[in-house]
Amino acid sequence: MLTFRCPCCGIDACETELAPGGEAHLKRFGPGSSDDEFEGYLFLRPNVRGVHFERWRHAMGCGKWFLAARCTATLEVFGTYPAQVSAPPPDILAAIRAKRPDWSLT
Amino acid sequence: MSLRLPDGGRLIDRSQTVSFTFNGKQLNGHPGDTLASALMGAGRTILGRSFKYHRPRGLVASGAEEPNALVNLGQGKTHEPNQRATTTELFDGLTATSQNHWPSLEWDIGEVNALIPRFLPAGFYYKTFIHPRAFWKHVFEPFIRQSAGLGKAPDPKQTDPDRYEQFYAHTEVVIAGGGIAGLQAALEAGRAGARVILCEQTGHWGGRAPVDGVEVDGKPAEAWINDAVQELEAMENVHLRLRTMVAGVYDHGYVIAYERVSDHAPASDIPRHRLWRIRTARVIAATGALERPLSFPGNDKPGVMLASAMRDYVVNWGVAPGARTVVVTNNDDAYRTALALLDAGLAVPCIVDARPRAEGALPQQARARGIRVLTATGIAGVKGLRGVVAVQLCAQDGPGTVTEDVVCDAVAMSGGWSPVVHLWSHCGGKLTWDQDGAFFRPDPDRPPTDQHGEGFVACVGAADGALIATSTMENASIKTRKMLSEIGKMVSGSVPAVTAATEAPMRPVWMMPATAGPKKRAKMWLDFQNDVKVSDVQLAAREGFESVEHTKRYTTLGMATDQGKLSNINGLAILAQALDEDIPRVGTTTFRPPYTPISMGAIAGEARGTIFQPLRRTPIQGWHEANGAHFEPVGHWRRPYCFRRKGESHRAAVNREITATRTSLGLLDASTLGKIVVKGPDAGRFLDMLYTGMMSSLKPGRCRYGLMCNENGFLMDDGVVARLDDDSFLVHTTTGGADRIHAHMEDWLQTEWWDWQVYTANITEAFAQIAVVGPKARAVLDKLGSDLDLSNAALPFMSWAEGKIGGFDARVFRISFSGELSFEVAVPASQGRAFWDALLAAGAEFDATPYGTEALHVMRAEKGFIMIGDETDGTVIPQDLGLDWAISKKKPDYLGKRAQERPHMTSPDRWKLVGLETLDGSVLPDGSYAVAPGTNANGQRNTQGRVTSTYFSPTMGRGIAMGLVLHGPDRMGEVLEFNTTKASPKGETPKTVMARIVSPVFHDPEGEKQNV
Repeated sequence: MLTFRCPCCGIDACETELAPGGEAHLKRFGPGSSDDEFEGYLFLRPNVRGVHFERWRHAMGCGKWFLAARCTATLEVFGTYPAQVSAPPPDILAAIRAKRPDWSLT
Repeated sequence: MSLRLPDGGRLIDRSQTVSFTFNGKQLNGHPGDTLASALMGAGRTILGRSFKYHRPRGLVASGAEEPNALVNLGQGKTHEPNQRATTTELFDGLTATSQNHWPSLEWDIGEVNALIPRFLPAGFYYKTFIHPRAFWKHVFEPFIRQSAGLGKAPDPKQTDPDRYEQFYAHTEVVIAGGGIAGLQAALEAGRAGARVILCEQTGHWGGRAPVDGVEVDGKPAEAWINDAVQELEAMENVHLRLRTMVAGVYDHGYVIAYERVSDHAPASDIPRHRLWRIRTARVIAATGALERPLSFPGNDKPGVMLASAMRDYVVNWGVAPGARTVVVTNNDDAYRTALALLDAGLAVPCIVDARPRAEGALPQQARARGIRVLTATGIAGVKGLRGVVAVQLCAQDGPGTVTEDVVCDAVAMSGGWSPVVHLWSHCGGKLTWDQDGAFFRPDPDRPPTDQHGEGFVACVGAADGALIATSTMENASIKTRKMLSEIGKMVSGSVPAVTAATEAPMRPVWMMPATAGPKKRAKMWLDFQNDVKVSDVQLAAREGFESVEHTKRYTTLGMATDQGKLSNINGLAILAQALDEDIPRVGTTTFRPPYTPISMGAIAGEARGTIFQPLRRTPIQGWHEANGAHFEPVGHWRRPYCFRRKGESHRAAVNREITATRTSLGLLDASTLGKIVVKGPDAGRFLDMLYTGMMSSLKPGRCRYGLMCNENGFLMDDGVVARLDDDSFLVHTTTGGADRIHAHMEDWLQTEWWDWQVYTANITEAFAQIAVVGPKARAVLDKLGSDLDLSNAALPFMSWAEGKIGGFDARVFRISFSGELSFEVAVPASQGRAFWDALLAAGAEFDATPYGTEALHVMRAEKGFIMIGDETDGTVIPQDLGLDWAISKKKPDYLGKRAQERPHMTSPDRWKLVGLETLDGSVLPDGSYAVAPGTNANGQRNTQGRVTSTYFSPTMGRGIAMGLVLHGPDRMGEVLEFNTTKASPKGETPKTVMARIVSPVFHDPEGEKQNV
C-alpha cells in the first residue's frame, strides 16, 4: 500500500486516503483538434515500466490534487509536487536522474 | 501409542488439570498445553484424515506449519473449521471435532481411495470426470462433495458473536519472531532508541533455543530470554506482543499483524482477534526456520513426525508420540531429538543416517550413550495401518532392498531446515540457493524496496540461513545494527556468547531410498494435507509441466491451508531431479500473505452490521421512520420509496401518493439533492465548460436545466443551476452525484484551469429541501405566510427568490420534476424538520401527502423527463435522449463537445429516446429488448432497442415506458416486439410483449400544469 507526501498539507498520506487520477501532464485537445490528437489525449497512454508522472488527489484529506513521480516497477517515489504545472519541475527531474542516471524525459 | 511422560514439560503446569472434549469424548490436559500436546498426552494418535485418500493422519509438526491436525473448534455460533491443533492453546471447556472423515475418524469409507491410489494420480479429476458431460452434475459431483472438503463451513444463518477490532500503529522497526534472534534484534533496536514493535506468534518467548539446549553467556537460554524480556518490557520505546503473527509485509513499509487476543481465554470481555495495521520504516524478520520431512515410503503414517517437533513435545509439554522411536536424518540436528528422548526415559532403538559418515559431536554423544547409529542407511517402508509398528531399513543409495526390520512405535525424521523467508518475499525480495544447507535464503543484494528505493526488510538469525545457534545471535546483531544505521540509529556493545554443539554438514536427500521404484515412490508423501506424492510431481514433469507454478497447480502441491510450508522445497527438488535441472534454475513459487490464515472477522474488524457503511440522514429522516416509510438505498442515503398506510401494498401507496400530488398537494423530502456553490469572477465561464448548455448568460434570480458530460462525451449528471448573484451559482446535482460532481469540478479547476478564479463548496447537507408539489402548492405556502410574492407573475417558472415563509429563512425555486406547479423550498438544515411539520399542518386541509422516490420516478416518466442512471448508463450522449435543445450551439467548447463530434456519436443509427406503450396496457419488463429479424454472429436474436424506464402510471391508468430505439423518433406509431424473462413451459419460446412507439411525454404535453 503506497504512501505519498501531499505537497499541499505535508502529510505522508496512505493510499486509502488518496484517489488515483492516471497519467499527469496530459495536454487537452478540444474542438478543432484532429481525430488522432483527440484519441491520443483521451485514450493512448504509454503505460511505462519505470519512471511515471501521475495524478493523485488527497481525497480523504485536504482534497487537493497533486502530482507524483514514481517508478511503476519498484514503486519508488522520486517526489511529489503541486498540480499547477504543465511539466515536471527541475528539482523532481534532478531527483529522478540521481536515482536513474540513464533515464530521460521523452 | 502416544503418552504423557511422568515428568518434564517446561511450558505446562502439572499441578492443575484442564478438561476439553474431542469428538464428544472428555479428555484432560494441563494449563500451557496446546490442543495438540493435550491430545498426544491423552493417547490420541489419529487426529484427522487426508484430503484425497482419507488416510489416517497424526501430528507431524508442533507449530504453524502443521499440515494434518486441523480440527473444527467450537460449536454453533462459534464453530470454526480448519484450526490447527498445534497453535490452539488449551483452555477449560474447549470443544474440538476432527474433520474430513465419513462416517467416523477411525473408520472412513473414503479410505478405499488409498487402497487404489493408482486411480487418483495428479490430474485425475481433470482427466476422469470430463466425460460423459452429463455425469458430472448428477453422478460425480455429489459423490465427490460428500467425501471431499476440509472442515465444515459455519452455519450461514448464525452470526459470529465475537468482537474483532483493528489497530493502527506507526513505528520505526517491526520485528517478527520472539526467539533469541528476535529478542536480540529488539534489544539492539530498543537500546538504540528506535520505536519497536516485537511480535511473537506463540504464547511464549524464546523460540527453539531452550528446547535445543542452547546456552547464552554461560547460562541456559531460558535465563537469558527472561532477562531480555524484562529489559525490553522496561523500555518505553519497545512494544511487545505475544500471540501476534506478522501476517504480511506490503509496499512502502505497510505491515499487517494478526493478534489472537482471547482465543486462549474465551468468554472474556475483550475482542477475539485484533488486526494491526502498521506503517514502519524497517521490518526485521526473525522468523526462524522450518524442518523438512524426508520422502520415504510411508512417511505419512501417524507416529511419523518431524524430529524437532518430537523434541518440542517431549521438552515443552512432557508428551511423546511413542515409547520406541527410530530417528531418521540427513543432518546432525536430529541427534538432539534422540538425546532428548533418552533424557526423557524413552527408547531409541537406532538412528538411521543417510550420510556415509556421522562423526560430528552430536553423533558421537549418541553413540557414547549407547544408541546404534546406522550410516548410509534409509527407510524402505513403515509397517502398521493406523500407526507405526516397525520400520524397514535399506541402503540409502539403492532401490530399497530391505535389510532389517526395526520394531518401533514412532519415527522422528529430519530432512534439513528451510529458513522462513516469507516476509522477505511478500514485497518482492529475491532468494538465493544455499548449496551447503540446501535451502533458499534471502539474497542480500535484492531486498524488497520501499518508497525511497531502499531495502526495508532484513531476515536475521535462522531466517537468514544462520541455523546454528552460535551464529544465529551474531547474525541478528550485525544485521540489526546495519539496518538501524540506515535509519540514523547507532548502537554498540558486545554480542552475547552462545554455546551449542557444533554440527557436521548435512547431505541433501530428496528421495529415500535414492533409486526407489515406482511402487515406493507412490508412497512417499510430499504434501500431507493435499496428498501429493513424489510420484505425482514426477508424473507432472513427464506430462510437460516444467514450470514450478504449473506443477503446483496441476498436482495441488503446496496449495493446501499450510501453503506448502513443509512441502515446497522437497517438491521443488523432486521436480528439478525429474527435469534434470538445478534447483535454483527451476525456481521457487511465490510466497503470498498471510503467513498463516487469519480470520475473516479480523479483516472486517468493527465494520459490520449498522456500522459497515456510514448512513447519511436528512433532517426529516426521523419523521419518515415514524410514518411507515419503506426505504431504498440511494448512494449513502436511505430515501423513502413510499409511505405505506396500514394494510396498504407498496403499489397502492405509490398510486395514492401520485394521485394526491397530481390532484391536490404532495410533499417530497428532496434534501439529498446535491447542492454545490460555484463562486468567483470566472464561475460563469467555468460552468459553460462543465455544462453542455450556456450558464454564463443566466440572469440572477433565474434557473436553468443543465446537462453535464465527461470528456468522452457521455452524460454523467443533470440538474438545475440557479444564479445567486453576479459571480455565484448554485448547482443542483443528482442525489448520488454530489460528491462525484464536486470532485469532478475540483479536478478541472485544480489541474487544468488553475488560473481561473473559481471556488466551489459542497453545501448539500447545509440545507433541507422540500418539494411542495401540486395544484394546491401555492395555496399552502400562502397559508403559511411569506414576505415573498409567490404569484406566477412575480415568481415565474424557472426562477427563484429568497425570503421568509412561515417564519422560516427560505430559498424558493420554481422548478418541477413532476410536471405540476412546484416550489422547491430550501431552509437551513436545522429548521428542516420544523418546516416539514409546518407544511404538513398547514397542508392538512389540502390532503398534503408525503411521497417517496417511486412516485417521483413515475411522475417524471409520465412527463418524459430522463433520469441519470435509468436513461443513461455511461454509453448515452444527450443527443440520444432528444436533449439537443440543452446543448449550446454557440459555445466553442465544453467538456464532451469534441468527443460528440466523432463519427459514431453523430451517426443517425444511434438508438434514440422514445415513449413506449404496450398494446395490452401491461407494464414492460425493465431492461427488455426490442427484437429484430435475424440473428447475430453468436446466434442470438438481433435487437433494435431496449427499455430504460418502465412503470405503471395511475394517471394514465396503464403501463408506460421509455426506451432507446433504432431510428426511434422517426418511427412513431410503429409496433415493436419486446422479449420477457417470464418462465415458459418446456419447448415454447418465452412470451413477448408488443408495444407501440409514442412520444415520451405522456402527461400534459403542453406543460400547462407546471406553468401556472
